[in-house]
Amino acid sequence: MHKHAVEEIIFKVLMIASCLLIISVLLLILGTIVFKGLPYLSWSMITQAPQSGYYLGLGGGILNAILGSLYLTGGATLLAFIVSLPITLYFNVYAKKQSSLVYMVRFAFDVLWGVPSIVYGAFGFMLMLFFGMKASLLAGMITVAFLILPIMTRSMDEVIRMVPPPLLEASYALGATRFETAFKVVVRQALPGISTAVLIAFGRGIGDAASLIFTAGFTDSLPTSLFAPVATLPLTIFFQFSSPLPQVQGRAYAAALILTIIILAISIVSRFLTQKFARNIVR
Amino acid sequence: MKRLFADRFSEKFLHVFVILSGLILILMLGALTSRSIPVLKLQSLSSLLFSQGWHPSRGQFGFLPFIVGSLWVTGVAMAIAMPVCLLTSIYLVEYSSKTLREWISPFIDILAGIPSVVYGIWGILIIVPLIKNYLAPFCGVSTSGYSVLAGGMVLAIMIFPVIIHISIEVFKTVPNELREASLALGATKWQTVKNVVIKRAMPGIVAALVLGLSRAFGESIAVLMVVGNLARIPKSLFDPAYPLPALIANNYGEMFSIPQYDSALLFASLLLLVVVLYFNIVSRMVLSGIKWSTYYYA
Repeated sequence: MHKHAVEEIIFKVLMIASCLLIISVLLLILGTIVFKGLPYLSWSMITQAPQSGYYLGLGGGILNAILGSLYLTGGATLLAFIVSLPITLYFNVYAKKQSSLVYMVRFAFDVLWGVPSIVYGAFGFMLMLFFGMKASLLAGMITVAFLILPIMTRSMDEVIRMVPPPLLEASYALGATRFETAFKVVVRQALPGISTAVLIAFGRGIGDAASLIFTAGFTDSLPTSLFAPVATLPLTIFFQFSSPLPQVQGRAYAAALILTIIILAISIVSRFLTQKFARNIVR
Repeated sequence: MKRLFADRFSEKFLHVFVILSGLILILMLGALTSRSIPVLKLQSLSSLLFSQGWHPSRGQFGFLPFIVGSLWVTGVAMAIAMPVCLLTSIYLVEYSSKTLREWISPFIDILAGIPSVVYGIWGILIIVPLIKNYLAPFCGVSTSGYSVLAGGMVLAIMIFPVIIHISIEVFKTVPNELREASLALGATKWQTVKNVVIKRAMPGIVAALVLGLSRAFGESIAVLMVVGNLARIPKSLFDPAYPLPALIANNYGEMFSIPQYDSALLFASLLLLVVVLYFNIVSRMVLSGIKWSTYYYA
C-alpha cells in the first residue's frame, strides 16, 4: 500500500480512539459515581440534617448542605444577574459601535473567566476581612457571585449580540428610547439565551468548592441567617470523604451523586428551555 | 420628558457601572498585592520563589517545591490532553458527519459541568489504584498512587472540554477554499489537514492549549485530593507533589495561627493570578476574532 494511505489510516484510527477515550472516560466517571453512591442514597439523606454522631456513621442526612448550596448559589446567581444584565445591555444597546470601553471590558471579562476559583476564594476572603464579616452565607454568596459574573456576562453578551438590528431600529422608529428598547424589546427577544446563561452560571456556581473554603464556613444546622456559616454540597463531599469510616465515605459518594444529578438536571433544563422559549421570539 | 430623562440617566449610570465592572481585575490584583507585602518584607522575591525551605512556624517560606509541583502536574496534564484533544477536534471538524458532531458535543458539555470534587473522588477511586496496582509495578516502582501522574491524569480530563471546544471553533475558521485547493492538487485528506488546516490554525490551537494549561495550573480541589501533598520537589512521575493551588486550599484553617502565614498564602494566590492572567491575556488576544457560543463558557 502507498505510504500516504497508511499514514491516513493510522491517524484516522488514532482520532477515533481519542473520541472513544473521551466518551468512555465520561461514562466511567458517571458510572463510578452512580455505582458507588446509589447504595448509600436514601430518603433520610435528602430530608434530614446531620444528627449527633452523624460523622460516626449514625443517623441523619445532608439536607443542610443541599439547602445551603441552593440558597448560596441562588443568591449568588441573583446578584450576578443584577450586575450582568445592565452591563450586557450597555454593551449592545447603549454603546457606540466599536467603542473601546466595550472592547476593553469584554476583554477583561474574558480574562476573568480564566481566573482560578481558589483565587476568587482568596479575594472574597479579603473582602470579607475588609468589611469585618465572618465566614457566612452572605460572604459565600458574594464570592460565588464574583466567580460566575464573567461566565454569565459573556454568555449573555453573546446572545444579546444575536438580536437582529432591524428589531432595534423598528423600536426606535416607533419613538421608543434606548432604555425602553433595551428592557422591553431586547430582553424579551433574548430571553431564551438569557435564561440559558443564568442556568449555566448557576451550574458552575453550585459545583465550586475552592472559592467557598475560605468564605462560607461549614455547619451541621440548616441555613437560617445570611450572617451565619453555611454548609455546601461540594464541601460536605470533601469533608466526609476524608473520614476513615466507610459508612461516612459512602455518604460522600451519595452526596456526590446528588450534586451530579443537580448539575445534569440544570444542563438538561437549560437545553429544554432554549428550545421552548425559542418559539416566542422574532426571527 | 420623563422618558427622555430615564434614557439619559440610565446611560450615564450604566456607563459608570460598566467602567467599575472593568476594574474588578485591577481591584483583585491590588488587594492581593497589598496583602502580600508583609511576606515580601520578610523575604526577598527571589528567595520566596527559588528557595526550598518551607517552615512557616520559623518564618521560612520557600515556594520552590510548590512551583515545581505545579509545573510537573500541569506538564503531565498537557502531555496527555494535547494529543487527545487535537485528534478529537480534528476528527469532529474534518472527518465526522455533522450528526455525530452534534451528538458528541453534549457529552463534552457534561464533562465540563462535572464539579471538581467529583473529579477528585473519581481520581481516588479509579486513577490512584490504577497507578498503584498496574502502572507503577509495570514500570518497576512502588508508590501509594497519590502522585504527580494521578494529578496530571485527572487534570487532563478536566481540561479536555476547554481545549476541544476552543480548537473546534478555531478549525472551523479555516476557509474551505484552502482545503479544496489542497485536495484539488491531489493531496490526501490527512495531508490536507496536516499541511494546510493545522498550519493555518496554528496560532489559535496554541491559544486553545494555553487556555487549557492555565485552567490546569489553577485547579485546586481535584488535584489536592489525588496528588499526595508533600512539600518536596518531585523526582519522578510517581512521587507525590504539592502544587500551589492545593497549598492555598489546604491551609485555610491554620492561616492565622502563625505570623505572616496568611500573607504567604495570599502571595501564593497572587502568583497564581499573575501567571494565569499572563496566559489568558496572550491567548485571548490571539483568539479575539473568534465567535463564541454560550456553552463554551460552561
